[in-house]
Amino acid sequence: MSAVNDVPRVVLSARGLRRDFQGFVAVNNVDLDVHHGGIHALIGPNGAGKTTVFNLLTRFLPPSAGRIELLGQDITHTPPAKVARMGLARSFQISAIFPHLTVLDNVRVALQRRRGLHVQFWRSLQVLNALTPRAEELLRSVGLEDARSQLAGDLSYGRKRVLEIATTLALDPKVLLLDEPTAGMGHEDVGTVTEIIRSVAKDRAVLMVEHNLDVVADLCDWITVLQRGEVLAAGDYRTVSQDERVRTAYMGTQHV
Amino acid sequence: MAELTLQEARAQTTGRVERILIVLGIVALIAAPFFVYPIFLMKMLCFALFACAFNLLLGYTGLLSFGHAAFFGGAAYFSAYAAKVWGWPPEAAILLGVLGAAVLGAVMGFFAIRRQGIYFAMITLALSQMFFFFCLQAEFTGGEDGIQGVPRGVLFGIIDLHVPLNIYYTVLAIFLIGVFAIWRIVHSPFGMILRSIRENERRAISLGYSVGNYKLAAFVMSAALAGLAGATKAIVFQFATLTDVAWQMSGEVILMTLLGGIGTMVGPIVGAGLVVALQNTLATSEFPVTIATGIIFMICVLLFRRGIVGELYARALRRGNNKG
Repeated sequence: MSAVNDVPRVVLSARGLRRDFQGFVAVNNVDLDVHHGGIHALIGPNGAGKTTVFNLLTRFLPPSAGRIELLGQDITHTPPAKVARMGLARSFQISAIFPHLTVLDNVRVALQRRRGLHVQFWRSLQVLNALTPRAEELLRSVGLEDARSQLAGDLSYGRKRVLEIATTLALDPKVLLLDEPTAGMGHEDVGTVTEIIRSVAKDRAVLMVEHNLDVVADLCDWITVLQRGEVLAAGDYRTVSQDERVRTAYMGTQHV
Repeated sequence: MAELTLQEARAQTTGRVERILIVLGIVALIAAPFFVYPIFLMKMLCFALFACAFNLLLGYTGLLSFGHAAFFGGAAYFSAYAAKVWGWPPEAAILLGVLGAAVLGAVMGFFAIRRQGIYFAMITLALSQMFFFFCLQAEFTGGEDGIQGVPRGVLFGIIDLHVPLNIYYTVLAIFLIGVFAIWRIVHSPFGMILRSIRENERRAISLGYSVGNYKLAAFVMSAALAGLAGATKAIVFQFATLTDVAWQMSGEVILMTLLGGIGTMVGPIVGAGLVVALQNTLATSEFPVTIATGIIFMICVLLFRRGIVGELYARALRRGNNKG
Protein backbone atom coordinates (compact mmCIF):
# COMPACT_ATOMS: atom_id res chain seq x y z
CA MET A 1 0.00 0.00 0.00
CA SER A 2 2.62 2.52 1.08
CA ALA A 3 4.62 1.84 -2.07
CA VAL A 4 1.65 2.98 -4.09
CA ASN A 5 1.28 6.11 -2.00
CA ASP A 6 4.94 6.99 -2.38
CA VAL A 7 4.59 7.36 -6.11
CA PRO A 8 3.58 10.96 -6.82
CA ARG A 9 -0.01 10.87 -7.96
CA VAL A 10 -1.07 12.87 -10.99
CA VAL A 11 -4.14 14.89 -10.00
CA LEU A 12 -4.42 17.22 -12.94
CA SER A 13 -3.24 16.42 -16.42
CA ALA A 14 -3.56 17.94 -19.86
CA ARG A 15 -2.78 16.32 -23.18
CA GLY A 16 -2.47 18.08 -26.51
CA LEU A 17 -4.06 21.24 -25.16
CA ARG A 18 -4.70 23.83 -27.84
CA ARG A 19 -6.49 27.13 -28.04
CA ASP A 20 -6.99 29.34 -31.07
CA PHE A 21 -8.18 32.91 -31.01
CA GLN A 22 -9.52 33.59 -34.49
CA GLY A 23 -6.58 32.06 -36.29
CA PHE A 24 -3.95 32.96 -33.68
CA VAL A 25 -2.70 29.89 -31.84
CA ALA A 26 -2.25 31.02 -28.23
CA VAL A 27 -1.63 27.57 -26.82
CA ASN A 28 -0.48 24.64 -28.88
CA ASN A 29 -0.05 20.98 -28.00
CA VAL A 30 0.65 21.51 -24.31
CA ASP A 31 1.09 18.43 -22.11
CA LEU A 32 1.12 18.97 -18.38
CA ASP A 33 1.00 16.77 -15.26
CA VAL A 34 0.43 18.22 -11.81
CA HIS A 35 1.29 15.91 -8.90
CA HIS A 36 -0.18 15.65 -5.45
CA GLY A 37 2.08 17.17 -2.83
CA GLY A 38 4.15 19.06 -5.36
CA ILE A 39 4.50 22.65 -6.45
CA HIS A 40 4.63 23.02 -10.18
CA ALA A 41 5.61 26.28 -11.84
CA LEU A 42 4.52 27.48 -15.21
CA ILE A 43 6.98 30.06 -16.48
CA GLY A 44 7.79 31.77 -19.73
CA PRO A 45 8.19 35.18 -21.30
CA ASN A 46 5.26 37.56 -21.59
CA GLY A 47 2.68 36.37 -24.05
CA ALA A 48 3.83 32.76 -23.81
CA GLY A 49 0.27 31.65 -23.04
CA LYS A 50 0.59 30.94 -19.32
CA THR A 51 -2.65 32.60 -18.29
CA THR A 52 -4.43 31.05 -21.27
CA VAL A 53 -3.29 27.60 -20.08
CA PHE A 54 -4.68 28.50 -16.65
CA ASN A 55 -8.00 29.53 -18.12
CA LEU A 56 -8.14 26.31 -20.12
CA LEU A 57 -7.32 24.10 -17.15
CA THR A 58 -9.97 25.80 -14.99
CA ARG A 59 -12.40 25.71 -17.90
CA PHE A 60 -12.89 29.47 -17.95
CA LEU A 61 -11.97 29.08 -21.61
CA PRO A 62 -12.98 26.05 -23.69
CA PRO A 63 -10.00 24.40 -25.38
CA SER A 64 -9.97 24.15 -29.18
CA ALA A 65 -8.44 20.69 -28.89
CA GLY A 66 -6.97 18.39 -26.28
CA ARG A 67 -8.09 16.69 -23.14
CA ILE A 68 -8.02 17.65 -19.46
CA GLU A 69 -8.37 15.26 -16.55
CA LEU A 70 -8.92 16.19 -12.94
CA LEU A 71 -8.53 13.38 -10.39
CA GLY A 72 -8.98 10.83 -13.16
CA GLN A 73 -12.15 12.38 -14.53
CA ASP A 74 -12.44 13.99 -17.92
CA ILE A 75 -13.30 17.67 -17.42
CA THR A 76 -12.65 18.85 -20.98
CA HIS A 77 -16.27 19.90 -21.34
CA THR A 78 -17.27 20.51 -17.72
CA PRO A 79 -18.53 24.01 -16.75
CA PRO A 80 -16.06 26.02 -14.64
CA ALA A 81 -18.21 26.19 -11.51
CA LYS A 82 -18.51 22.39 -11.55
CA VAL A 83 -14.77 22.03 -12.01
CA ALA A 84 -14.33 24.23 -8.94
CA ARG A 85 -16.74 22.02 -6.99
CA MET A 86 -14.72 18.96 -8.02
CA GLY A 87 -11.72 20.38 -6.19
CA LEU A 88 -9.86 22.66 -8.57
CA ALA A 89 -9.58 26.17 -7.15
CA ARG A 90 -7.86 29.13 -8.71
CA SER A 91 -6.76 32.66 -8.03
CA PHE A 92 -6.64 35.37 -10.64
CA GLN A 93 -3.89 37.56 -12.00
CA ILE A 94 -5.88 40.67 -11.13
CA SER A 95 -6.74 40.15 -7.49
CA ALA A 96 -10.24 38.79 -7.44
CA ILE A 97 -12.03 39.80 -4.27
CA PHE A 98 -15.49 41.10 -3.44
CA PRO A 99 -14.60 44.75 -2.77
CA HIS A 100 -17.81 45.84 -1.01
CA LEU A 101 -17.90 42.88 1.34
CA THR A 102 -15.86 42.76 4.51
CA VAL A 103 -12.71 40.66 4.63
CA LEU A 104 -14.50 38.16 6.84
CA ASP A 105 -17.48 37.95 4.48
CA ASN A 106 -15.15 37.39 1.53
CA VAL A 107 -13.93 34.20 3.14
CA ARG A 108 -17.35 33.19 4.45
CA VAL A 109 -18.83 33.38 0.94
CA ALA A 110 -16.28 30.77 -0.12
CA LEU A 111 -17.23 28.58 2.85
CA GLN A 112 -20.98 28.83 2.30
CA ARG A 113 -21.31 26.30 -0.48
CA ARG A 114 -19.58 23.40 1.19
CA ARG A 115 -21.59 23.95 4.35
CA GLY A 116 -24.80 23.97 2.34
CA LEU A 117 -25.58 27.59 3.21
CA HIS A 118 -25.98 28.99 -0.24
CA VAL A 119 -29.60 28.55 -1.26
CA GLN A 120 -31.39 29.55 1.94
CA PHE A 121 -33.14 32.75 0.92
CA TRP A 122 -35.57 32.58 3.83
CA ARG A 123 -33.03 32.46 6.66
CA SER A 124 -31.22 35.22 8.48
CA LEU A 125 -27.58 36.03 7.87
CA GLN A 126 -27.04 34.98 11.47
CA VAL A 127 -26.75 31.37 10.31
CA LEU A 128 -23.49 32.33 8.61
CA ASN A 129 -21.97 32.97 12.02
CA ALA A 130 -21.38 29.23 12.13
CA LEU A 131 -18.74 29.78 9.46
CA THR A 132 -16.95 32.54 11.36
CA PRO A 133 -14.50 30.37 13.37
CA ARG A 134 -13.21 28.63 10.25
CA ALA A 135 -13.05 31.93 8.36
CA GLU A 136 -11.09 33.51 11.19
CA GLU A 137 -8.72 30.55 11.24
CA LEU A 138 -8.05 31.05 7.53
CA LEU A 139 -7.54 34.78 8.00
CA ARG A 140 -5.11 34.09 10.85
CA SER A 141 -3.15 31.68 8.67
CA VAL A 142 -2.44 34.48 6.20
CA GLY A 143 -2.09 37.23 8.79
CA LEU A 144 -5.26 39.13 8.03
CA GLU A 145 -7.12 38.62 11.31
CA ASP A 146 -6.81 42.31 12.21
CA ALA A 147 -8.60 43.35 9.02
CA ARG A 148 -11.69 41.16 9.35
CA SER A 149 -14.21 44.00 9.57
CA GLN A 150 -12.67 46.17 6.86
CA LEU A 151 -14.15 46.33 3.41
CA ALA A 152 -11.98 44.17 1.19
CA GLY A 153 -11.73 46.97 -1.36
CA ASP A 154 -9.94 49.14 1.22
CA LEU A 155 -7.05 46.70 1.70
CA SER A 156 -3.60 47.37 0.28
CA TYR A 157 -2.67 45.56 -2.91
CA GLY A 158 -0.56 42.92 -1.23
CA ARG A 159 -3.20 42.18 1.39
CA LYS A 160 -5.87 41.84 -1.29
CA ARG A 161 -3.79 39.13 -2.91
CA VAL A 162 -3.33 37.39 0.41
CA LEU A 163 -7.07 37.60 1.04
CA GLU A 164 -7.64 36.01 -2.33
CA ILE A 165 -5.41 33.12 -1.36
CA ALA A 166 -7.26 32.71 1.95
CA THR A 167 -10.57 32.69 0.07
CA THR A 168 -9.23 30.09 -2.36
CA LEU A 169 -8.00 27.94 0.51
CA ALA A 170 -11.45 28.11 2.09
CA LEU A 171 -12.57 25.76 -0.66
CA ASP A 172 -10.06 23.21 0.64
CA PRO A 173 -9.15 22.35 -2.95
CA LYS A 174 -7.25 19.27 -4.02
CA VAL A 175 -5.56 21.25 -6.76
CA LEU A 176 -4.67 24.90 -6.34
CA LEU A 177 -3.91 27.11 -9.33
CA LEU A 178 -2.26 30.41 -8.48
CA ASP A 179 -1.86 33.02 -11.20
CA GLU A 180 1.17 35.15 -10.31
CA PRO A 181 0.58 35.11 -6.55
CA THR A 182 3.51 37.43 -5.79
CA ALA A 183 3.10 39.86 -8.70
CA GLY A 184 3.46 43.48 -7.67
CA MET A 185 4.24 42.64 -4.07
CA GLY A 186 6.88 44.13 -1.84
CA HIS A 187 9.78 42.00 -0.60
CA GLU A 188 8.24 41.15 2.78
CA ASP A 189 4.89 40.16 1.32
CA VAL A 190 6.65 37.85 -1.15
CA GLY A 191 8.22 36.00 1.77
CA THR A 192 4.86 35.66 3.52
CA VAL A 193 3.14 34.35 0.42
CA THR A 194 5.97 31.91 -0.30
CA GLU A 195 5.60 30.44 3.18
CA ILE A 196 1.82 30.20 2.82
CA ILE A 197 2.15 28.36 -0.48
CA ARG A 198 4.77 26.00 0.92
CA SER A 199 2.58 25.08 3.86
CA VAL A 200 -0.61 24.56 1.88
CA ALA A 201 1.13 22.46 -0.78
CA LYS A 202 1.85 19.67 1.69
CA ASP A 203 -1.46 17.91 1.24
CA ARG A 204 -2.54 19.15 -2.16
CA ALA A 205 -1.17 19.97 -5.56
CA VAL A 206 -0.17 23.48 -6.56
CA LEU A 207 0.33 24.85 -10.05
CA MET A 208 1.49 28.44 -10.21
CA VAL A 209 2.35 30.97 -12.83
CA GLU A 210 5.28 32.95 -11.50
CA HIS A 211 7.65 35.56 -12.85
CA ASN A 212 9.87 35.83 -9.81
CA LEU A 213 12.52 33.19 -10.50
CA ASP A 214 13.85 33.34 -6.94
CA VAL A 215 10.43 32.21 -5.76
CA VAL A 216 10.36 29.51 -8.42
CA ALA A 217 13.81 28.24 -7.50
CA ASP A 218 12.92 28.29 -3.82
CA LEU A 219 9.48 26.72 -3.98
CA CYS A 220 8.86 24.65 -7.03
CA ASP A 221 9.92 21.08 -7.63
CA TRP A 222 8.81 20.92 -11.23
CA ILE A 223 8.89 23.59 -13.90
CA THR A 224 7.26 23.79 -17.28
CA VAL A 225 8.59 26.51 -19.57
CA LEU A 226 6.23 27.88 -22.17
CA GLN A 227 7.21 29.86 -25.21
CA ARG A 228 4.85 31.06 -27.91
CA GLY A 229 2.18 28.75 -26.59
CA GLU A 230 4.28 25.60 -26.66
CA VAL A 231 6.21 23.67 -24.06
CA LEU A 232 9.86 24.54 -24.47
CA ALA A 233 11.22 22.50 -21.61
CA ALA A 234 10.12 20.72 -18.47
CA GLY A 235 11.97 19.41 -15.45
CA ASP A 236 13.31 20.48 -12.08
CA TYR A 237 14.96 23.85 -11.66
CA ARG A 238 18.47 22.51 -12.35
CA THR A 239 17.49 20.76 -15.55
CA VAL A 240 15.45 23.64 -16.85
CA SER A 241 17.94 26.33 -15.95
CA GLN A 242 20.71 24.47 -17.74
CA ASP A 243 18.70 23.91 -20.86
CA GLU A 244 20.28 25.92 -23.68
CA ARG A 245 17.00 26.80 -25.33
CA VAL A 246 15.54 28.05 -22.09
CA ARG A 247 18.66 30.09 -21.35
CA THR A 248 18.50 31.84 -24.68
CA ALA A 249 14.76 32.26 -24.68
CA TYR A 250 14.16 33.35 -21.17
CA MET A 251 16.63 32.97 -18.36
CA GLY A 252 20.00 33.43 -20.02
CA THR A 253 20.81 36.96 -19.11
CA GLN A 254 18.99 37.12 -15.83
CA HIS A 255 19.78 34.05 -13.84
CA VAL A 256 21.89 30.90 -13.34
CA MET B 1 -16.88 43.12 18.37
CA ALA B 2 -17.46 39.40 18.29
CA GLU B 3 -19.62 38.98 15.19
CA LEU B 4 -19.11 42.11 13.19
CA THR B 5 -20.29 41.38 9.67
CA LEU B 6 -20.86 43.68 6.75
CA GLN B 7 -24.39 44.41 7.84
CA GLU B 8 -23.38 45.21 11.37
CA ALA B 9 -20.41 47.31 10.33
CA ARG B 10 -22.67 49.44 8.21
CA ALA B 11 -25.54 49.26 10.64
CA GLN B 12 -23.59 51.39 13.07
CA THR B 13 -24.17 54.42 10.90
CA THR B 14 -26.86 53.66 8.37
CA GLY B 15 -28.88 51.12 10.34
CA ARG B 16 -29.93 53.63 12.93
CA VAL B 17 -31.22 55.98 10.25
CA GLU B 18 -32.89 53.06 8.52
CA ARG B 19 -34.64 51.80 11.68
CA ILE B 20 -35.98 55.24 12.55
CA LEU B 21 -37.17 55.69 8.97
CA ILE B 22 -38.90 52.32 9.00
CA VAL B 23 -40.79 52.93 12.25
CA LEU B 24 -41.77 56.45 11.23
CA GLY B 25 -42.74 55.21 7.79
CA ILE B 26 -45.00 52.45 9.06
CA VAL B 27 -46.70 54.78 11.56
CA ALA B 28 -47.19 57.36 8.83
CA LEU B 29 -48.63 54.75 6.47
CA ILE B 30 -51.08 53.55 9.11
CA ALA B 31 -52.26 57.08 9.80
CA ALA B 32 -52.07 58.29 6.20
CA PRO B 33 -55.56 57.39 4.87
CA PHE B 34 -57.09 59.81 7.39
CA PHE B 35 -55.19 62.69 5.85
CA VAL B 36 -54.43 61.74 2.26
CA TYR B 37 -56.63 60.41 -0.52
CA PRO B 38 -56.38 56.59 -0.07
CA ILE B 39 -56.46 55.76 -3.80
CA PHE B 40 -53.38 57.86 -4.30
CA LEU B 41 -51.67 56.15 -1.36
CA MET B 42 -52.51 52.70 -2.68
CA LYS B 43 -51.09 53.58 -6.08
CA MET B 44 -47.93 54.69 -4.35
CA LEU B 45 -47.69 51.47 -2.35
CA CYS B 46 -48.17 49.28 -5.42
CA PHE B 47 -45.45 51.10 -7.34
CA ALA B 48 -43.17 51.17 -4.32
CA LEU B 49 -43.41 47.38 -4.04
CA PHE B 50 -42.83 47.10 -7.78
CA ALA B 51 -39.69 49.24 -7.51
CA CYS B 52 -38.43 47.23 -4.52
CA ALA B 53 -38.89 43.99 -6.46
CA PHE B 54 -37.02 45.50 -9.39
CA ASN B 55 -34.25 46.64 -7.06
CA LEU B 56 -33.78 43.08 -5.82
CA LEU B 57 -32.46 42.36 -9.30
CA LEU B 58 -30.69 45.61 -10.16
CA GLY B 59 -29.39 46.66 -6.77
CA TYR B 60 -28.55 43.34 -5.18
CA THR B 61 -27.79 41.07 -8.13
CA GLY B 62 -26.49 43.64 -10.58
CA LEU B 63 -28.88 42.74 -13.40
CA LEU B 64 -30.62 45.54 -15.30
CA SER B 65 -33.93 44.23 -16.62
CA PHE B 66 -35.75 46.35 -19.15
CA GLY B 67 -38.77 44.09 -19.20
CA HIS B 68 -40.28 44.19 -15.75
CA ALA B 69 -43.53 45.63 -17.07
CA ALA B 70 -44.31 42.14 -18.38
CA PHE B 71 -44.46 40.80 -14.82
CA PHE B 72 -46.26 43.79 -13.35
CA GLY B 73 -48.81 44.07 -16.14
CA GLY B 74 -49.02 40.34 -16.81
CA ALA B 75 -49.93 39.64 -13.19
CA ALA B 76 -52.51 42.44 -13.36
CA TYR B 77 -54.18 40.71 -16.33
CA PHE B 78 -54.11 37.27 -14.72
CA SER B 79 -55.65 38.37 -11.44
CA ALA B 80 -58.15 40.73 -13.08
CA TYR B 81 -59.31 37.90 -15.34
CA ALA B 82 -59.55 35.41 -12.48
CA ALA B 83 -61.48 37.85 -10.30
CA LYS B 84 -63.85 39.02 -13.00
CA VAL B 85 -64.48 36.07 -15.29
CA TRP B 86 -63.98 33.16 -12.91
CA GLY B 87 -65.25 35.03 -9.88
CA TRP B 88 -62.22 34.09 -7.77
CA PRO B 89 -61.84 35.74 -4.36
CA PRO B 90 -59.16 38.49 -4.29
CA GLU B 91 -56.56 36.45 -2.39
CA ALA B 92 -56.75 33.62 -4.95
CA ALA B 93 -56.72 36.06 -7.87
CA ILE B 94 -53.62 37.81 -6.54
CA LEU B 95 -51.92 34.49 -5.91
CA LEU B 96 -52.59 33.49 -9.51
CA GLY B 97 -51.07 36.77 -10.67
CA VAL B 98 -47.94 36.11 -8.61
CA LEU B 99 -47.60 32.56 -9.96
CA GLY B 100 -48.19 33.74 -13.51
CA ALA B 101 -45.51 36.40 -13.15
CA ALA B 102 -43.11 33.82 -11.71
CA VAL B 103 -43.67 31.52 -14.70
CA LEU B 104 -43.16 34.44 -17.09
CA GLY B 105 -40.02 35.33 -15.14
CA ALA B 106 -38.69 31.79 -15.41
CA VAL B 107 -39.16 31.80 -19.19
CA MET B 108 -37.73 35.28 -19.76
CA GLY B 109 -34.95 34.75 -17.25
CA PHE B 110 -33.97 31.45 -18.84
CA PHE B 111 -33.05 33.27 -22.05
CA ALA B 112 -31.82 36.55 -20.58
CA ILE B 113 -29.25 35.25 -18.07
CA ARG B 114 -27.23 33.80 -20.93
CA ARG B 115 -26.02 37.30 -21.72
CA GLN B 116 -24.60 40.12 -19.65
CA GLY B 117 -24.89 43.87 -19.32
CA ILE B 118 -26.64 45.71 -22.12
CA TYR B 119 -27.39 42.45 -23.95
CA PHE B 120 -29.22 41.17 -20.92
CA ALA B 121 -31.29 44.37 -20.90
CA MET B 122 -32.01 44.07 -24.63
CA ILE B 123 -33.22 40.48 -24.33
CA THR B 124 -35.56 41.35 -21.46
CA LEU B 125 -36.87 44.31 -23.47
CA ALA B 126 -37.42 42.18 -26.57
CA LEU B 127 -39.21 39.43 -24.65
CA SER B 128 -41.40 41.88 -22.76
CA GLN B 129 -42.33 43.55 -26.04
CA MET B 130 -43.33 40.14 -27.38
CA PHE B 131 -45.52 39.75 -24.32
CA PHE B 132 -46.97 43.22 -24.91
CA PHE B 133 -48.06 42.30 -28.43
CA PHE B 134 -49.41 39.01 -27.17
CA CYS B 135 -51.56 40.96 -24.68
CA LEU B 136 -52.64 43.31 -27.47
CA GLN B 137 -53.81 40.41 -29.63
CA ALA B 138 -54.99 37.85 -27.10
CA GLU B 139 -58.68 37.69 -26.41
CA PHE B 140 -58.68 37.31 -22.66
CA THR B 141 -56.97 40.69 -22.13
CA GLY B 142 -59.67 42.63 -23.95
CA GLY B 143 -57.11 44.16 -26.33
CA GLU B 144 -57.14 47.96 -26.35
CA ASP B 145 -59.96 48.10 -23.81
CA GLY B 146 -58.25 45.98 -21.20
CA ILE B 147 -60.22 44.24 -18.47
CA GLN B 148 -62.55 46.73 -16.83
CA GLY B 149 -64.88 46.52 -13.85
CA VAL B 150 -62.92 43.95 -11.87
CA PRO B 151 -64.73 43.24 -8.59
CA ARG B 152 -62.64 43.82 -5.49
CA GLY B 153 -64.47 41.03 -3.74
CA VAL B 154 -64.32 39.88 -0.15
CA LEU B 155 -60.90 38.97 1.25
CA PHE B 156 -60.84 35.52 2.93
CA GLY B 157 -64.63 35.66 2.84
CA ILE B 158 -64.79 38.21 5.67
CA ILE B 159 -63.13 41.52 4.73
CA ASP B 160 -65.20 43.47 2.21
CA LEU B 161 -62.68 45.27 0.05
CA HIS B 162 -65.22 47.78 -1.20
CA VAL B 163 -64.89 49.54 2.14
CA PRO B 164 -62.12 52.14 1.54
CA LEU B 165 -60.20 51.53 4.79
CA ASN B 166 -60.38 47.74 4.36
CA ILE B 167 -58.78 47.83 0.95
CA TYR B 168 -56.20 50.36 2.10
CA TYR B 169 -55.01 48.26 5.03
CA THR B 170 -55.03 45.14 2.86
CA VAL B 171 -52.75 46.86 0.35
CA LEU B 172 -50.55 48.13 3.16
CA ALA B 173 -50.27 44.60 4.56
CA ILE B 174 -49.37 43.20 1.12
CA PHE B 175 -46.81 45.95 0.67
CA LEU B 176 -45.20 45.29 4.05
CA ILE B 177 -45.15 41.52 3.48
CA GLY B 178 -43.63 42.01 0.04
CA VAL B 179 -40.95 44.40 1.25
CA PHE B 180 -40.17 42.14 4.19
CA ALA B 181 -39.76 39.21 1.79
CA ILE B 182 -37.29 41.24 -0.29
CA TRP B 183 -35.42 42.33 2.83
CA ARG B 184 -35.26 38.71 3.94
CA ILE B 185 -33.91 37.53 0.57
CA VAL B 186 -31.30 40.28 0.46
CA HIS B 187 -30.14 39.58 4.01
CA SER B 188 -29.96 35.82 3.69
CA PRO B 189 -27.18 33.35 2.87
CA PHE B 190 -28.59 33.24 -0.66
CA GLY B 191 -28.54 37.05 -0.83
CA MET B 192 -24.87 36.96 0.13
CA ILE B 193 -24.14 34.81 -2.92
CA LEU B 194 -26.14 37.22 -5.10
CA ARG B 195 -24.05 40.07 -3.80
CA SER B 196 -20.82 38.22 -4.48
CA ILE B 197 -21.99 37.62 -8.06
CA ARG B 198 -22.73 41.32 -8.43
CA GLU B 199 -19.29 42.19 -7.06
CA ASN B 200 -17.21 39.76 -9.11
CA GLU B 201 -18.92 37.17 -11.23
CA ARG B 202 -15.79 35.29 -12.34
CA ARG B 203 -14.64 34.99 -8.78
CA ALA B 204 -18.02 33.60 -7.74
CA ILE B 205 -17.73 30.99 -10.51
CA SER B 206 -14.23 30.06 -9.39
CA LEU B 207 -15.63 29.47 -5.89
CA GLY B 208 -17.91 26.84 -7.39
CA TYR B 209 -21.13 28.81 -7.71
CA SER B 210 -23.06 28.15 -10.91
CA VAL B 211 -23.98 31.81 -11.21
CA GLY B 212 -26.62 31.19 -13.87
CA ASN B 213 -28.79 29.31 -11.40
CA TYR B 214 -28.55 32.08 -8.80
CA LYS B 215 -29.33 34.75 -11.35
CA LEU B 216 -32.33 32.83 -12.60
CA ALA B 217 -33.60 32.30 -9.06
CA ALA B 218 -33.22 36.02 -8.32
CA PHE B 219 -34.95 36.85 -11.59
CA VAL B 220 -37.94 34.63 -10.79
CA MET B 221 -38.21 36.03 -7.25
CA SER B 222 -38.07 39.58 -8.56
CA ALA B 223 -40.68 38.77 -11.22
CA ALA B 224 -43.01 37.15 -8.69
CA LEU B 225 -42.80 40.14 -6.34
CA ALA B 226 -43.32 42.56 -9.23
CA GLY B 227 -46.32 40.39 -10.02
CA LEU B 228 -47.59 40.77 -6.47
CA ALA B 229 -47.51 44.54 -6.96
CA GLY B 230 -49.25 44.36 -10.35
CA ALA B 231 -51.94 41.93 -9.19
CA THR B 232 -52.71 44.08 -6.16
CA LYS B 233 -52.95 47.14 -8.36
CA ALA B 234 -55.47 45.40 -10.62
CA ILE B 235 -57.70 44.58 -7.63
CA VAL B 236 -57.41 48.09 -6.17
CA PHE B 237 -58.11 50.00 -9.38
CA GLN B 238 -60.45 47.32 -10.71
CA PHE B 239 -58.89 47.19 -14.15
CA ALA B 240 -55.91 45.87 -16.07
CA THR B 241 -54.77 47.59 -19.26
CA LEU B 242 -51.96 47.66 -21.79
CA THR B 243 -50.33 50.58 -19.96
CA ASP B 244 -49.02 48.20 -17.33
CA VAL B 245 -47.30 45.88 -19.82
CA ALA B 246 -45.90 48.61 -22.08
CA TRP B 247 -42.17 49.31 -22.20
CA GLN B 248 -42.73 52.76 -20.68
CA MET B 249 -43.69 50.99 -17.46
CA SER B 250 -40.37 49.12 -17.50
CA GLY B 251 -38.64 52.47 -17.92
CA GLU B 252 -40.65 54.06 -15.14
CA VAL B 253 -39.63 51.46 -12.58
CA ILE B 254 -35.97 51.93 -13.53
CA LEU B 255 -36.43 55.68 -13.04
CA MET B 256 -38.07 55.22 -9.65
CA THR B 257 -35.31 52.91 -8.45
CA LEU B 258 -32.44 55.06 -9.68
CA LEU B 259 -34.05 58.20 -8.32
CA GLY B 260 -34.44 56.72 -4.85
CA GLY B 261 -31.11 54.90 -4.81
CA ILE B 262 -30.30 51.41 -6.05
CA GLY B 263 -29.05 48.85 -3.58
CA THR B 264 -30.85 50.45 -0.64
CA MET B 265 -34.05 49.09 0.88
CA VAL B 266 -35.77 52.46 1.31
CA GLY B 267 -34.57 54.11 -1.90
CA PRO B 268 -37.00 52.57 -4.38
CA ILE B 269 -39.90 53.32 -2.03
CA VAL B 270 -38.94 57.00 -1.87
CA GLY B 271 -38.35 57.07 -5.62
CA ALA B 272 -41.71 55.49 -6.37
CA GLY B 273 -43.46 57.85 -3.95
CA LEU B 274 -41.86 60.85 -5.61
CA VAL B 275 -42.69 59.80 -9.16
CA VAL B 276 -46.30 58.87 -8.33
CA ALA B 277 -46.77 62.12 -6.40
CA LEU B 278 -45.43 64.10 -9.35
CA GLN B 279 -47.66 62.29 -11.78
CA ASN B 280 -50.68 62.98 -9.61
CA THR B 281 -49.84 66.65 -9.09
CA LEU B 282 -49.12 67.29 -12.72
CA ALA B 283 -51.99 65.19 -14.04
CA THR B 284 -54.35 68.16 -13.65
CA SER B 285 -51.95 70.80 -14.94
CA GLU B 286 -51.00 71.67 -18.49
CA PHE B 287 -47.37 70.76 -17.93
CA PRO B 288 -46.46 67.35 -19.40
CA VAL B 289 -45.49 64.82 -16.71
CA THR B 290 -42.78 63.13 -18.76
CA ILE B 291 -40.84 66.37 -19.12
CA ALA B 292 -40.99 66.96 -15.37
CA THR B 293 -39.80 63.44 -14.50
CA GLY B 294 -37.16 63.71 -17.22
CA ILE B 295 -35.77 66.93 -15.76
CA ILE B 296 -35.76 65.47 -12.26
CA PHE B 297 -33.98 62.41 -13.54
CA MET B 298 -31.31 64.54 -15.20
CA ILE B 299 -30.78 66.56 -12.03
CA CYS B 300 -30.51 63.32 -10.10
CA VAL B 301 -27.89 61.87 -12.45
CA LEU B 302 -25.89 65.10 -12.47
CA LEU B 303 -26.00 65.94 -8.77
CA PHE B 304 -26.56 62.80 -6.76
CA ARG B 305 -25.83 59.66 -8.68
CA ARG B 306 -26.46 57.37 -5.77
CA GLY B 307 -30.08 58.48 -5.72
CA ILE B 308 -31.79 60.37 -2.93
CA VAL B 309 -31.54 57.73 -0.22
CA GLY B 310 -28.18 56.48 -1.51
CA GLU B 311 -26.78 59.98 -1.14
CA LEU B 312 -28.15 60.33 2.39
CA TYR B 313 -26.51 57.03 3.32
CA ALA B 314 -23.19 58.09 1.84
CA ARG B 315 -23.30 61.33 3.86
CA ALA B 316 -24.14 59.47 7.04
CA LEU B 317 -21.27 57.08 6.40
CA ARG B 318 -18.83 59.90 5.74
CA ARG B 319 -19.91 61.66 8.95
CA GLY B 320 -19.52 58.38 10.82
CA ASN B 321 -16.04 57.86 9.40
CA ASN B 322 -14.98 61.37 10.33
CA LYS B 323 -16.15 60.90 13.90
CA GLY B 324 -14.71 57.43 14.37
